[in-house]
Amino acid sequence: MASTTHQVGKRYPPTVYAVGREKIREFAEATGETAPVCLDLDAARAAGHADLVAPPMFAVVYQKQAVWQALFDPELGIDFAMLVHGGQDFRWDDLVIAGDEITTHASVADISERAGNSFYVFETESVNQRGEPVCRGTWSNVVRGA
Amino acid sequence: MDVPELKVTPDRYVTYRYAGASGDFNPIHLDDEFARGVGLPGRILHGLYTMAQVARAQTEAGGGPESLRRLRVQFRGMGVPEAELTVRSTVTGVREGVAHVDCVVEQNGRAIVRNAEAEIAIGEPSTGAPA
Repeated sequence: MASTTHQVGKRYPPTVYAVGREKIREFAEATGETAPVCLDLDAARAAGHADLVAPPMFAVVYQKQAVWQALFDPELGIDFAMLVHGGQDFRWDDLVIAGDEITTHASVADISERAGNSFYVFETESVNQRGEPVCRGTWSNVVRGA
Repeated sequence: MDVPELKVTPDRYVTYRYAGASGDFNPIHLDDEFARGVGLPGRILHGLYTMAQVARAQTEAGGGPESLRRLRVQFRGMGVPEAELTVRSTVTGVREGVAHVDCVVEQNGRAIVRNAEAEIAIGEPSTGAPA
């Protein structure tokens, strides 16, 4: 396989995701969320939030498009059929609320090759419409060698 | 504090609902024939769905979505629908109002998420200082 380690440090254009109330509810229901502030508008408002609160793992939704740029980057040439999600790390700051607009930057943090497998680590950083940090992600992927 | 064990049995169609909710339509999660064609036993759970169950165990113990500050997992096996997942969490220490938790997810007697670490904000009641 051709080495792509010179792509480490590459940054992708920011993506913007508009957080919708019903998308939060759909995600919360699909993951078995039980927190009332994620499901019930009255409960969210009673707790002092302007709208439904995104569960932490909703980061997957608003960071997806940013990290997809790296996963499908022809200059990285990832073989999707051999791709395995090896690990994931999220660090959260401010809550994400329906109505927020989340801007995410993705970059290539590391590429390495060991034992015929390729390891790709992508980092994502998201801020809300006020520029306040909401989530940083580290996405570790393994492409199994043929 | 304690983080109680969380048990959940993903139903037959959960991968379709999670695909729609997350936007991850990789056919290994949706199509048994495709999945078997690439050497899997059949449709598998999204790893990030399983991670969401780890997150839920923490936020339910921590008092809500704002309590989870960090979650790091390693995916080490394939989860499947229609078999119970068990999230086990062990608080290893509390420092400066943050509980550090080690977590594992087991299904059919195997760990499918290992070496997971969570940080849950639990406030700083011990200091007695007003915010």
